[in-house]
This record gives sequence, C-alpha cells and structure tokens, in this order.
Amino acid sequence: MELSAEVQAPLKIRIATTSLAGCFGCHMSLLDIDERLFELVRLAEFDRSPLTDIKHCGPCDMALIEGGVCNGENVHVLRELRANAKILVGVGACAINGGLPAMRNQLDVGDLLEKIYCERGGAAKVPNDPELPLLLDKVYPINEIVRVDYFIPGCPPSGDAIWKFLTDLFLGRMPRLDNQLLHYD
Amino acid sequence: MSATEQVINIDEQPIPFKPGQTVLQAALEAGMYIPHLCHHPDFSPHGSCKLCSILVNGRNNTACSVKAAAGQEIDVDTPELHAYRRTLVQMLFVEGNHFCPTCEKSGNCQLQALGYEFEMLTPHFVHFFPNLGVDSSHPDVMIDFSRCIQCELCVRASRDIDKKGVFALAGRGLNAHLVVNSSSGKLGDTNFAVSDKAAHVCPVGAILVKRVGFSQPIGTRQYDREPISAEAERCAIEET
Repeated sequence: MELSAEVQAPLKIRIATTSLAGCFGCHMSLLDIDERLFELVRLAEFDRSPLTDIKHCGPCDMALIEGGVCNGENVHVLRELRANAKILVGVGACAINGGLPAMRNQLDVGDLLEKIYCERGGAAKVPNDPELPLLLDKVYPINEIVRVDYFIPGCPPSGDAIWKFLTDLFLGRMPRLDNQLLHYD
Repeated sequence: MSATEQVINIDEQPIPFKPGQTVLQAALEAGMYIPHLCHHPDFSPHGSCKLCSILVNGRNNTACSVKAAAGQEIDVDTPELHAYRRTLVQMLFVEGNHFCPTCEKSGNCQLQALGYEFEMLTPHFVHFFPNLGVDSSHPDVMIDFSRCIQCELCVRASRDIDKKGVFALAGRGLNAHLVVNSSSGKLGDTNFAVSDKAAHVCPVGAILVKRVGFSQPIGTRQYDREPISAEAERCAIEET
C-alpha cells in the first residue's frame, strides 16, 4: 500500500527546515530520498526552508535543524523554530555535537579572527559590519540552546535514514534507526 | 555437560566457566557478548569504563572484575542496564572531542560502535570541548589527547607487554589525563616504536599510526559492516 493512502490525515504535515552552522549536506541528503520526494510532498508542505525561501516560520508540526549554533543569528533562528514547531529534530552531526565547525572550540575566537583576517595580508582588518551576525565564543550543539525532541545522526544522515525517521513519525511509530542506518560519520 | 562442570546463568542461559575466570571471560569464551571498552583479553582487568556493568544475584557489578562462581544469576541484557550503559557512553562522548566525521578511527572505533550498540542518537550532556593538544613528535605514531577516554589500555600494554612504561595517567578526577614518560613529555623522545603493542590497542582515535588513516575507506570498516556485539559473537564461534 502506498504510504499516503495509509495516512488518513486531512491536513498536510507542515515542516520547517533550516541550516545553521552547517554545509547544507543534510538538506542534500533530504533531497536524496529521490522519487520518495513525490510521496513526501503529498504528505507534507514546507514552511520556512531553503527549499521555499520563506524567511520566517509560522506554526508548524516539525522543524528539521541542520548545523550547530555559531553566531547570534543562529540563536534567533533556532529559537523562532522552537517556538513554532511542535517537534524539533536535530539533523546531522553538527546539530548534535557542533560537528566540523566546533573544531574551532579549542581556540580563542578573537585569536582566530586576528589570524585569518589580519595576518594573511589583504584587508588586514577583522570585518565589523552591523549586518554581520556576531560570532559566539564556541559552536554549540542545538540541544545546549533549546529543547530538542529527536536527533538523526550522520554526516550527513543518509536519505534512507531521514526517510525512515519521517515515515515512522507520520505513521505514529517511535522513530528508530537500525544498525545499517545509524552512523555518526 | 558433566556434573562437576561449573555453570553461571547469564540472562537465564547456562554458561560454563573455569575456576578463576571472570564473568566477562566466561561469557566471551562462550560467544555471549557483554559490552565492554577498557577490557582486553591480553591484560589484567581495569574496571574503569563500567560498560560491562551487570547484575549478579541482583547486585551491581562489573563483569570484567567479578569472578564467576557456580550458580550466579546474572542479568546483562535488560532495558535498564542498556540505558545505564548508554548514559556512560554519552558522558565519554562529551568529555572528549569525538567528532566522528573528521576522525581517522571512525568505523573502527569501539566507542562509536558502542554508541551504535546502545542506539545513542545524541551525547545529550553539555560538551566539554577540551583542548589537551596533539603530539605528532614521533615519526610513526601521533596522539590526540582530547580523544583519550582513559581506559589505560596503552598504559597496560606499554608497561606489561612492551616493558617500556611509555604512558601513564596523571592528575585526579576531572583533571586526569594521559601523559608520556619522557622529560619533554613528547612521544618522539621515548623509545616507543610503531611495532609496540601499545601502538595498536587504543579503542578510540587517540593513538593513531601515521600514514594508514584512510587506507580502508569509510563505510567499509569493521563496525560499518556489523555491530560490535555480532563481531564478538562471530569471533567466539570462529575460535571454537
């Protein structure tokens, strides 16, 4: 039976997605569910997301968060999504433990900016524009900023893992990734 | 089974043991997996990681250090113990820098494999993000101290098998950390060699042999292919 026939929801599930300090790899992985995308758009519609270009999130059922929290804007976006979503899901290694960007956590952020912008020639000045979001001292996993309901590990999680998670939730099952789908790398 | 054979009951299964064996040794020999991290068959028990925690006649114990005794009723695979072990693995993850996507050990790492085993989806606790440094002074081996989980396998291997005493743990409690026994504190200034047992026992990516990191592609490695529990059970079957 097709999944859409099994789920008798009168309304579509509304999903918001965002990439904070991430590389969009997890969004690529979401698109990597291939022909199941047709099934997904029959079951769900998208709120704020790089896929819709909607800038601010309204009330929605689920928010998929890619990336850790590295600057002030990330904090605002994450809190907005948490405030609007019934279920907030951390997708990928960066949302879960900061991932690659968090490798800067061993270093002082001021020293880093000096090294990168002042000691390599060129402009020789740390950019300081009010438009630029302020960097945090560290890159934080999202669960250190807001409450998170579920996590899908992986760098990125495979399309199959994301699809398994989504369909488990759509069908009212406890989401569970078996050994083949559960990876941290 | 002879009448004199000594037997313990693990999860209601009779497991034979030889006098002097620990519960973990008896279980692994019989092909029954009990999760463990700081245990290694070649070394004396350490009892530091607590992942082999079991209930022996209803009381908490570690399988690697408690001796098997006839008639013990032992619980290993219960949801409570499973959750307890998952919490221990989560704490190990946040105490160090365990970024699997950038680690050469990924796929062959026992800490990661145990995370999979206990279905750990997040390390949950607040991360320490320690900065304990990297030692690449040795021509063939490097150490990333921020990945060390203080299992002391390298300490035991270097002391008991290599007879070199290259490694030790220094400090107490949260300040405990791995140190190298040379006046400079650098591995390059010791008589450590890549052929030493201690270069090959690290269960995580703290002690890495140089220039072989990605000779085996990610995705095809030991724990990418099968769970750590299945691997232990298969090894026991192959040995018999």
